Amino acid sequence: MEDIEMYKKMLEIRKFEEKVYDLFTQNLIPGTMHLYMGEEAVAVGVCAALTPNDFITSTHRGHGHCIAKGASLKKMMAEIFGKKTGYCKGKGGSMHITDKNIGMLGANAVVGGAIPIAVGAGLSCKLKYPERVTVCFFGDGASNQGTFHEGINMASVWDLPVIFVCENNLYAMGTRQSLVMNIEDISERAAGYGIPGATVDGNDVMAVYQEAQRAVTRARNGDGPTLIECKTYRHKGHSRFDPAKYRPQEEVAEWMARDPIESFRYKLLDKGIPEEFLHKIESTVETEIEEAVEFAEESPLPEPEDALKDVWVVE
Amino acid sequence: MREITVVEALNEALREEMRRDENVVLLGEDIGKYWQGAFKVTKGLEEEFGPERVRDTPISENAIAGCAVGAAMTGLRPVAEIMFGDLVALAMDQICNQAAKLRYMSGGQVSVPMVLRTPFGAGGSYASHHSQSLEAWFVHVPGLKVVQPSNAYDAKGLLKASIRDDNPVVFCEHKFVYGLKGTVPEEDYVVPLGKAHVAREGEDITIIATSLMVDRALKAAAALEEEGISCEVVDPRTVRPLDEEELCASARKTGKVLIVHEACDTGGISGEITKTLVRRVFYYLDAIKILAGKDAPIPFAPVMEKWVAPDEERIKKAVKEIVL
Ligand SMILES: Cc1ncc(C[n+]2csc(CCOP(=O)(O)OP(=O)(O)O)c2C)c(N)n1
Ligand SMILES: [Mg+2]
Repeated sequence: MEDIEMYKKMLEIRKFEEKVYDLFTQNLIPGTMHLYMGEEAVAVGVCAALTPNDFITSTHRGHGHCIAKGASLKKMMAEIFGKKTGYCKGKGGSMHITDKNIGMLGANAVVGGAIPIAVGAGLSCKLKYPERVTVCFFGDGASNQGTFHEGINMASVWDLPVIFVCENNLYAMGTRQSLVMNIEDISERAAGYGIPGATVDGNDVMAVYQEAQRAVTRARNGDGPTLIECKTYRHKGHSRFDPAKYRPQEEVAEWMARDPIESFRYKLLDKGIPEEFLHKIESTVETEIEEAVEFAEESPLPEPEDALKDVWVVE
Repeated sequence: MREITVVEALNEALREEMRRDENVVLLGEDIGKYWQGAFKVTKGLEEEFGPERVRDTPISENAIAGCAVGAAMTGLRPVAEIMFGDLVALAMDQICNQAAKLRYMSGGQVSVPMVLRTPFGAGGSYASHHSQSLEAWFVHVPGLKVVQPSNAYDAKGLLKASIRDDNPVVFCEHKFVYGLKGTVPEEDYVVPLGKAHVAREGEDITIIATSLMVDRALKAAAALEEEGISCEVVDPRTVRPLDEEELCASARKTGKVLIVHEACDTGGISGEITKTLVRRVFYYLDAIKILAGKDAPIPFAPVMEKWVAPDEERIKKAVKEIVL
């Protein structure tokens, strides 16, 4: 993927979520939501190394993964609004957005729940589509789940083409990483399963992209899984109205100063990309977001009885 | 026609489905050539289909179920084995939150055509971690089909139907049904899910029994015949979806119903069957009685273990209490 395209994708995630957050605080969106803002470089850097046929699994904090993999902003927005035209016809909401056509196997609201599912998709890749790989996104908190250990061990012993991407944003809700594990780099855990592990600056989209490419190449060559830990930070609270008071102010300030999008923008300017060109991208993105909101607002609500559809596959 | 055991019938079903469709793969602990499955259901399958399709897994129940979910979503048709039914507790998230709900949550975009096979049931002094019957746990989760074969013919046909079904199926095998012999045709057939079977026709009372209790109910019915009581024995075969038509038709005909299952009384599927009968044929019924397992974990000592599950004597006694 071109670096300009990566910039645009990151911006799409940021603007999409700023919009969603805005609508949310106006009470126009039901439920809760987990914003990805601040972590955009991870999803975009990793997905830049993938083809449309590759699979990904996601988490409760999944907007970024969807957008990076190429999901439609309109159908995402409509889903978040609980509309019939949304990806899941209003049955999933923010935490379950799925797009089978782009290999996005679903956001998942059980922490660590999608890890074995990614292993299964990896098994399909190995047996059915040898040119494909599966990426499994999950958080630092999820790496304390049994599924992490069961899943990575299984993928390792079967040499499955799965790239495990741990988004270490230092917190699981209010729980600081150091409170629940005695290691700093989660990638160290790879050694216990006999696979390579790497820690990378998750706010540097190019660094993430390069690390992901290495892992994807390994996987495509049949050399098995990799664990990549991306150190990053969420700009907002964990969910809905969490003010995130448990994070020291200096820490927040330090990370806010390392905004993945801003810093990448400087790099692009340094490279000689004209600023007008970036402005053009920025206004295109704004328009896309507005169109998505319009689409969502104008879309019909599901019928109450639609709640009974899609429970079963009916022959 | 030839007679084979339920284990052999299940083995044939797996073998034939794997020959028919290369997307069918097996996952489980010790199912491969070294052990052939804790109850030998997968005997000889790795030898025929190789280790890519018959996969010995780590002891990781949640990952076994989850791997099956992910594989099923992406084009394979996995059959996962959980070595003992009680251990499904370790895989519940993947079965009940993932397999059952992913189609729904994705608005119908994905399907999860997987089968989770597991041996339930008491009778071998395996004690409380290896003996319970937990079909009702799964019946309560929309999105899962739940199957309980009671004989060799059904075991083969139901397993084939389950593998071909596009929904996730929990396939509950009873450890003491495994050895039962029955006639099974050589040619391909399926037993459709959601269809009950009248295992014995009768006039005076309907015994609705599941899994191993079908065999016991049939023995009781044969003995009662000598005493002049004519029992109809109906085997739902799948407890979700339940064949309401067949159960209600039989209940309506005899007007008296005894429901028998090994799973413990409270929260068992007998409550569900009763609800169906009350809703649909209440005015035709003189009596409904439930004979279920006692409300206890399955104990170790044979005297206690035998006592907690319904047996032929108790079935006969319960029938007489209703009929006489
Ligand atoms: C199995 C499970 N336990 C608890 C929760 C509640 N919960 C939702 S998100 C979360 C924290 C997850 O932290 P992490 O994996 O680091 O991801 P992050 O939110 O930081 O992206 C918790 C505890 C849940 N959804 N699932
Ligand atoms: Mg976290």
